[in-house]
Parts: sequence; C-alpha cells; structure tokens
Amino acid sequence: MQDLIGYVLFCAVLTAGGWVLAPFMARVYAGERSFLSPVLGPVERGLYRLCGIDPGVRQSWRGYALALLAFNLLGFVALYLILRLQQFLPLNPQGIGAISPDLAFNTAVSFVTNTNWQAYSGEAQLSHLSQMAGLTVQNFVSAATGMAVGVAVIRGFTAPKGVGLGNFWADMTRSVLYVLLPLSVILAILLILQGVPQTLLGGAHATTLEGAQQVIPRGPVASQIAIKQLGTNGGGFFGANSAHPLENPTVLSNMAQCLSILLIPVGFCFLFGRMARDRRQGWAIYAAMGVLFLAGLLAIWLGESGGNPALGLASNLEGKEMRFGTGLSALWAEVTTAASNGSVNAMHDSFMPLAGMVPIINMAIGEVIFGGVGSGLYGMLLYVVLAVFLAGLMVGRTPEYLGRKIEGREVTLAMLAFLSMPLGILVGGAISVTVPTAAAAIQEAGPHGLSETLYAYASAVGNNGSAFAGWGAALPWQTTALGLLMILGRFAIIVPMLAIAGSMIGKQQSPVTAGTFPTHGPLFVTLLVLTVVILGALTFFPVLALGPVAEQTALSAGQTF
Amino acid sequence: MSPDITARSELYGTAFRASFRKLQPRALMGNPVIFVTAVTAALTTVLSLRDLALGTEGAGIGLQVAFWLWLCVLFANFAEALAEGRGKARADNLRATKAETVVKLMAHADDPAPRQVPSSGLRAGQIVLVEAGDLIPTDAEVIRGVASVDESAITGESAPVIRESGGDRSSVTGGTRIVSDHLVIRITAEPGKSFLDRMISLVEGAERQKTPNEIALNILLAGLTLIFLFVTVTLEPFARYSGVVIPVITLAALFVTLIPTTIGGLLSAIGIAGMDRLVRANVIAKSGRAVEAAGDVDTLLLDKTGTITFGNRMADAFVPARGTDERGLAMAAFLASLSDETPEGKSIVELAEKLLKDVTRIPEPGSEPVPFSAQTRLSGVDFSGTRLRKGAVDAIERFTGQKADTALHARIEEIARSGGTPLLVAENERILGAIHLKDVIKPGVRERFAELRAMGIRTVMITGDNPLTAAAIAAEAGVDDFLAEATPEMKLDYIRREQAGGRLVAMCGDGSNDAPALAQADVGVAMNSGTPAAKEAANLIDLDSDPTKLIEVVMVGKQLLISRGALTTFSLANDVAKYFAILPAVFVAAYPGLGVLNVMGLESPQSAILSAVIFNALIIVALIPLALRGVGYQPASAAALLRRNLTIYGLGGLVAPFVGIKLIDMGVTALGLA
Repeated sequence: MQDLIGYVLFCAVLTAGGWVLAPFMARVYAGERSFLSPVLGPVERGLYRLCGIDPGVRQSWRGYALALLAFNLLGFVALYLILRLQQFLPLNPQGIGAISPDLAFNTAVSFVTNTNWQAYSGEAQLSHLSQMAGLTVQNFVSAATGMAVGVAVIRGFTAPKGVGLGNFWADMTRSVLYVLLPLSVILAILLILQGVPQTLLGGAHATTLEGAQQVIPRGPVASQIAIKQLGTNGGGFFGANSAHPLENPTVLSNMAQCLSILLIPVGFCFLFGRMARDRRQGWAIYAAMGVLFLAGLLAIWLGESGGNPALGLASNLEGKEMRFGTGLSALWAEVTTAASNGSVNAMHDSFMPLAGMVPIINMAIGEVIFGGVGSGLYGMLLYVVLAVFLAGLMVGRTPEYLGRKIEGREVTLAMLAFLSMPLGILVGGAISVTVPTAAAAIQEAGPHGLSETLYAYASAVGNNGSAFAGWGAALPWQTTALGLLMILGRFAIIVPMLAIAGSMIGKQQSPVTAGTFPTHGPLFVTLLVLTVVILGALTFFPVLALGPVAEQTALSAGQTF
Repeated sequence: MSPDITARSELYGTAFRASFRKLQPRALMGNPVIFVTAVTAALTTVLSLRDLALGTEGAGIGLQVAFWLWLCVLFANFAEALAEGRGKARADNLRATKAETVVKLMAHADDPAPRQVPSSGLRAGQIVLVEAGDLIPTDAEVIRGVASVDESAITGESAPVIRESGGDRSSVTGGTRIVSDHLVIRITAEPGKSFLDRMISLVEGAERQKTPNEIALNILLAGLTLIFLFVTVTLEPFARYSGVVIPVITLAALFVTLIPTTIGGLLSAIGIAGMDRLVRANVIAKSGRAVEAAGDVDTLLLDKTGTITFGNRMADAFVPARGTDERGLAMAAFLASLSDETPEGKSIVELAEKLLKDVTRIPEPGSEPVPFSAQTRLSGVDFSGTRLRKGAVDAIERFTGQKADTALHARIEEIARSGGTPLLVAENERILGAIHLKDVIKPGVRERFAELRAMGIRTVMITGDNPLTAAAIAAEAGVDDFLAEATPEMKLDYIRREQAGGRLVAMCGDGSNDAPALAQADVGVAMNSGTPAAKEAANLIDLDSDPTKLIEVVMVGKQLLISRGALTTFSLANDVAKYFAILPAVFVAAYPGLGVLNVMGLESPQSAILSAVIFNALIIVALIPLALRGVGYQPASAAALLRRNLTIYGLGGLVAPFVGIKLIDMGVTALGLA
C-alpha cells in the first residue's frame, strides 16, 4: 500500500514537473527570451559567434540530419581517442591504463548514442578525464541530440508549411545551455546534500572494523549522476551504478533521480501539445505513455512483491538494496527502461522472470513510454504515424495527423525506422545464441540465458544501457555487435524520423472538421496503446515465451535450471 | 434456372478459373503478401512431399497445411477475380454497342453526297452525317442540327435526350442512337480512345492502377510481412537454443498466419469493387485517385438548379392588389397563362385551378394569345378589348404605366426577400396583383446536408440568382454557404480560396465555361450531357447527368477507404489469437508449463497449427462479400465512425479468431484430421 501511495505521488509530481517545464522549453526552442536569458543569453550568443553559427538559418531535414551525423561522428572519434589514450592524459590519479580497442569502440558508441551500455567498470577502468571530458560531455550532447531531433520532429508535424525543421546547432546549444545544464546544477546540489561525493581527489583510505585498509573510490560523482539521469543516459560513475551508496545514498535521492529521468520526456509530451497549438494532442500522447507506464510498473511490482514460489518468501529481495526494497526497485526498473536510462538500483537479472520481462518489453518496443529525452517522443510519433495510417482509414478519409496527410512516403519511412527494432533484437539475438563465440556470453542455463541475451540486445538497440548481470558483455564479439546495433537503434530511427518530419512540414494543412480523425481523447489513446502492444510488443512474443514466460511457468512448477 | 442464377454461376465459374490463372508468379508479384504466401505454400508442399516419400511422421499434417496455404492464395485470387468479373459482365454489354457500322462521311458540313465508309476508319476531325435510326459511331460534337438521342446503352436511362449544335448540349457519345431528325457531327475521339473504349477498359479493370493510398497500404503490409519474417526465421535458432526443433512446416504455418493475408488478399478486390460501385451508380472515374480524393472532400460546390431545387419555379400564392380579390386575380392569371407552355406557366394554371375549383382549360372564344417576347418580357392573352398580361414587376409597371400600390409593393419586396420571384398580373391599365413564384427545394435535401455537415463536409450552393434570393434559398435548404450571381471566374476563385485553406473541393458542372473550375477542383464531376471540354477537365463523368450524384461519389470514396481500414485493422488484430494457438503448440514439448498459453484449450499441437491455418484461409472467403459490398457506412462524425469501426473490426478482430480457431479445432479433431 505504501508503495502504491508512493507511486501515485511520484506520478503527480512528475506530471506537474513536465507541465511546468514545457512552456519554458517552448520559449527556449523558439529562441524567445526566458528568465534565464539575462545570464545565459550572452553565453549562447558567444558560442554562436565562436563557432560561426547563425541560429536563424533554417535547415532542411537533410541539412539537419547531416549536421547531426557529422556532430555525432566527431564526438565518437574524440571519445574513442580519449579512451584509448587516457594513460597519457592528465587527471588520472590512479594511473589507469588504456582500454582495449573493441571496448573503447563499444563505450564510445554507447555514450554517443545515449545508450550508456557499460561493458567496463567505471571506477577501475576510467580516469577522471575520461569520465569528465569524455563520458560526461557525451552525456550532455547525446541527450541534447535526442532533444534536438525531438524538437525538429515536432516542428515537422506542427509548424506551418515551408518553415524548415530548425537549426541543429541552435537546438543543440539551447538544449544543453537552457535545459540540461541548469537542471543538472540543481540536481547535483541536491545529491551533494544527500551525501553524494563531488571531488577531484583520488580514493579515500579507510580502516575497516577488522583493521584492514580499504580504498573507497570517489570522484566528481554528483555532477555526473545529475546529467546521467536528466539526459536519460544511465552510465554510472561506479560499476554498481545507482545501487552504490555513494551514487544513490537515500530514499530522497532515489526519488529525485527517478523524477529527473522522466522529467524532460514528460515535458516533451506537453511541449508537443503546445507546439501543435492544441494541448489535447500532447495530453493524448502523455496518456498513452502513462497507461503503458502504469501497466509495466504494476506488473514489475506485483511480480517482485509476490515473492519467489520456489523459495516461499513473501517478496523477492534477491539482488536488491535493502534500503530500497521491492517498491522503489520496481519503480526504478520501470522508470529507467521506459525511458532510455541504463542506470539500475537493483539487479534486474534477479527479478522474477515475468517482472524481468517488463523491462525487456519496454526497451524492445523502442523506449517510447516517455522514453529517452526527445527520443521517446519521436519514437512514439512513429507509432502514431502507423496507428493513424491503419485506423485513420476507418473514418473514410485519407489518414491525416494534425491536418497533414500520411501518404506513401511517410509510411515507407516509418516502416524503415520500425524495422530496426525487430531486425536488431531478433536477428542480432538469434545470431548471438547460435554462434558459439557469441553464445559464450551466456552463463545461465535454460530460459534465463535466453532472457539475458534478449535483454542485452533490447538494451543495445533500444539505446537503454542496462543489462541483466552475469552476461558476458565484455566479449569482443558482443562489444562489437552491440556497438553496431546501438548505432542502428539510434540513427536508423533518427534519420527516417527527420525525413518524415521534413515531408510532413511541406504539406498543406487541412482544417479540422467533424470529419477529421480525432487524435485526442480516450479512443485515440486506446488505439495508440493497442498499436504499441500489437505491432511493438507482440513481435517479441514468441521469443519472450521461450525466455521469461517459460522460466516463470517452470518456476511455478518447481523446476529450476 | 432463372437468368439471374445462371449469370451468377457463370460469374463464379469464371472467377474460379481465373483464380488458378492468377497463380502465375508474374500475376502474384503485384501483391507482396500473397506472393510471399504462395512461395511459402510451394516450400511447404515440397517439404511435406519429401516427408511423405521418406515416411517421416507428421507428413500428413504437413500436406494439409500446404493444402490450406494454397487455398489461402486461391481465395485471394478468387476475391480479385470475382470483383473483376462483375465489371467484365458490364463491359461485355458495352462492347456489344460498339458494333462495326457503315457511316456517312462528309467532305465538309454542307457536303450533299456523303460517302459510305466503315466506322472503324474514322479519325478525329472528320465530319459525319447521322440520321434517325443510326448509331453514333464514336464521340463527336454536334456542328449542325437538333435531334433526340437514345443514350440508354450508356446511361441506362430510356428517355431520349436532345442534342443540338452550340451550347452545352452539343456532345454525343459513341454507342448512342439517333431517334429522330439528323445531325452533322465532327468526330472528337481517335479510334480506340473514345469514351466507350475508356469505359470498357475501366469497368474491366484492365487499366486499373493502384491508387496512392493503396500503394501506401501495400508498403505497410510488405513491411509487416518482413517483420514477421524476422520473427519466424529467428524463432528457429531461439528454439534450438531452448532445446526445441521446430519443423520448417510449422514455421511456415506461423509465418503465413501472422502476415496480413486477410487484407493482403482482399485489398485489390476492395479497390476494384469500389470502382464498380461507382460504375453501377453510372459514374465513370477517369482515375482511381479521384475516388479516393472524393472521400477526403471538405467542400461540395452544388448547383442550385437540379441539385437543391427542382429546375423550375412554381406558383405558390396569389397576392391581390387593393380593389381586387384573390379569385379575380387567380382568374386573370389563369387566363393569361393558358397558352403558356413553360413550367412556370403551367404551375400558375394548376394553382389557379386549385383555388377556383370549376374552371376549364378552354380559352375564351376569339381570344388571341400573346407569347413571351424578349423585348416586352410579358406574355398573356387578348380578347374582346381586354388585354391580360403577366410578367416581371418592372415590365408590367411599364406596360400599365402605373406603380404597384404601397401595400402590394411591400408584399412584392417580401416575396423577393424570401427567395421567391414576384410576377405581376395586369388587366389593361390596372395592376391586379402579384403571383408568388417559388423555388421548390427538393424533399430530403435539408436532411442530406445535415448529414454531410455531421461528416464535416461543407455544402456551398452555386446560383445565378441575386444575393437576396440566394440567401433565402440557402437558408431554406440548409447549405453552409452560397455563391450568388456566380460566374465561372467566381467559381474558380472560390475553389482556389478553399484550397488555399487546405480544403479539398468537389464540384460538378456541364458547360464549357465550367471546365477551368472542374479542372481546378480536386474532384470534378462532369455531366455526360455536357460539353467535351467539361468532360475532359473533370475526373469523373456522371452518365445520368444528375448533379446530386456528387454526394453519392463522396460516399463511395469514403466507403472504399473505410473498407480498407476496417479489414486491415481486423487482419492485424487477428494475430493475437494466432500467437496463442501456435506458440504453445510448438513449445509445449520443451516447456510443459507453456501449456498455460493454450487459452483456447486446443486439442493437440497438430490440430492447433492446422486450425490456425484453416482459419486464416477461411476468413478470406468469409470476408469476400464484405470486401465486394464495402463496409456498411452511415454518415456520421469521424469520432462516431471510429468508435463504431474500431469496436467491430478492432475488437471483433481480436475476439473472432479465438472463437473461430476453437471451433475449427473441434471440427478437425472430430474428423480425425490431426
């Protein structure tokens, strides 16, 4: 009961937060003055001057996409070099050596694509410079990339004809400067107050009760945690991620981090409504996401608080921080996998099979339940395009969304984007369980081994970053394959979505009449939810039956593997 | 057997044979989903025959699955063939009218001695003489003469129509027959390009091109097919990892049941049937695109005359002037109109008869009718020194040299304001009173417009009347807007304005001066009686020349789109049940616990797979009538339509296969097929 009250409070605060953030973001992305302009305006203009950017130049979808790809490629190269050369670079008090090429590739891709899949252990393998100038920079800019695409796609669906998708450089700069940075500062201060370290010194030396010497790693933790959550990144400072007491010390820090993960994604729903000049449209998308979110949350919570039938315990506490228990662990798991945040405060691997299936589904449908910053919204708009096209015909008109017709070009692009999830997860996963070198990653016998593989592939393609523990993510095959799939999962959706936006923005907008397919209200929300479930989730039903479902039914029958 | 039943069994017979002919790979290629199904069926056949030869267990089931997969393809072909067949029957009738004849070719319009030549050699621009009883060889324009023409072969309307040179009734269509008089016509169509030729190929579906929305839907279906290919192909290694070896035939069964075969199989039948519904409404679409656009129309431009009102004004009331009573006025009007053959004149006579009861339509002896002339704009009768006249207000005032008295004047104004036309009646120098001529709104028009409004379609009345009259009629008919004293330029401007606001506009027209507006409109319906220019500019041609048809065209367009959407939704919703039928059947050997997924309680894994495949094939047949007839459609708002169709086809599509597969499973088990 206590858990459920907490969930209700969480949702209320989250919704309110998003609602407040939306009008601010609307002003920021329109280049209008906001209360931060007196401070940040000169910085913004200075940056444009420094980089020779004219924020007023409107790019076509191709220009926008090219700028984005170039920027991300550059970010990848820079990060790869930092990781490979960290032993020669400053801010390495512990004298950590270089990491291997395949791991550096995997890590660089992972952070550039906002996945934050960690095949390494941060405190042991990365220098402070790699964390701060490498990963944290990407934590900001990969999040900002998602937000920029989100805004550009919204413009495509809502802006008047011939306006262009916006300016990638300006959208990036504004995302970082006005949204991510200020919120990160607030969250970091809050976390420091809760006891999260923020220092450039090396590890602390402590004498344990037994008299042994222990080195406790620390570093600039709070600042990195703040952006890791706000930017739906998820790469922890420590290997244990948000289960580590120095990353997530208290219940309050836990709730603050959960909220900060979904704050911007929820804000994007309402931003969509505002930019569409029809707030009901934003509410409809929010509602569809909310229904899916609550369904997943309750499924995990029921699974975890129901306990393990084989052990006969009241609730499943294996792999959990006792500080958080099942309630806060379930919330964290749902929040992070609904969004594209790879952080964990409990071992998802130790969840009951069906509870562990929920995160897999959340990721496999493309992380569209609020989702990553920006990316959740454009991912959901992909489903909207499909839902509207399929059902819109049933009102006797060519399907249209927000007054713009959805035609062959949009459907082709949507299918292209839509293919990447099943292609990456199913084909990638199938190869991974078949090829012996790759299958070596599986350390669990029976269906759970399959669940682990599925989780990893869903996490990579969905750009989430969390993992079922005990799966050999560091195998060269897997670091390479997953690295490639992260690229697929990110850019094979971004580029078609920008193309759809580019094609939508050029369309004549038809006025709303009684004959217009209504894209707000409970009926449309139901339709959208069903589309996500039938087109998204059902695709993975056969393989999920062999993994988590088989494991759960076997467990109920007392069979273990 | 009655002729109807004979025709129908012939239709089915032809379609049956055609469904096998359509198994050619080239024919199947046009439909990705069905093509993939056929490839899978072929693969399954080969594999199960191999199993049979090797004596492997389960070969019997494999053959049955292969059989049903082939049936699935054949059913889809049958649906398409049936839809095409219905058009073919009509095309054959049309072709019969295209018989080879001998025509009288003239060197020039005054050629006294035309040459006899075969009709097949005619070229555009040549001049031909057609006389009573002759068949008009091909499309042409009348350059001389007036004649009545029987167009029943094209329109099905038995009453002959008048065709004359000049004006908007100057075009004649090949295949029609001159009933009286003769015409000199100039051929406008090249051989094989005539209206009749185009119509034949249209109803036959020979020229059928996929419409934009159909193409988009095909892409979506192909994409989904690809996704389900990933699902089934990767299931093999996943299952192998789990210690299950899934026979290829089972994977094939799963694959075909998951891909959207229902809509894939019926998609082209829906399109052809939609065009056929138009043809049966006697409307010829020059492109399928126009039919789809008709469903999207936001604004309907309707001609007042013939669509909203009956063509003619009718006498509605007599308004006596001071010093005259109603009977006196009615008597004068009656006498003045006796020889007036116009519909207005006749309606005055009828109204007077109703009022006066015992009068006969015999003119006073020695009376002399005064016909209407453009100079005086009056008509009436003279007898024994009395001159009775009726005419427009200013004409009568000029005739009498007097003004209507103030009370009458007020009534006249009132009549004009209400949309009516006042006529004055005078006896010599005395104005007796006024006749109220009224535009009579067709019954049911108001309700029809209310329905259209509920569907989000604005109706705009086009009329040559003055704004005052137009406003009154518009209010009475319940249109949303009107265009008074409309000129072709105004129509064109109005359409452009609407389109600039993102609205799709439909209109109908017949005159040459309508051609620019017809071309500009998103959906332009030309009357068959109209000029060649109008027909060329339009994208639909109404053979009945009935302007009300525009509304019907919109309905057909909407129904076409709804049928497509409904069956797509149904098809995809079906997948849920199929997963629950096949997956437990496949996996239960490795994980007995997965038996809980067998929510339908199907008898055995073999019967479950077979039942799913059988359901998948039978549902296509079951839905053929729906595809051909079109989904039931009542005008309603989009929200109401969505709610209704989502419930029937979405929810229905979710539930129906659970019931259907269970029933088939019981049958399969009872027959011992699996």
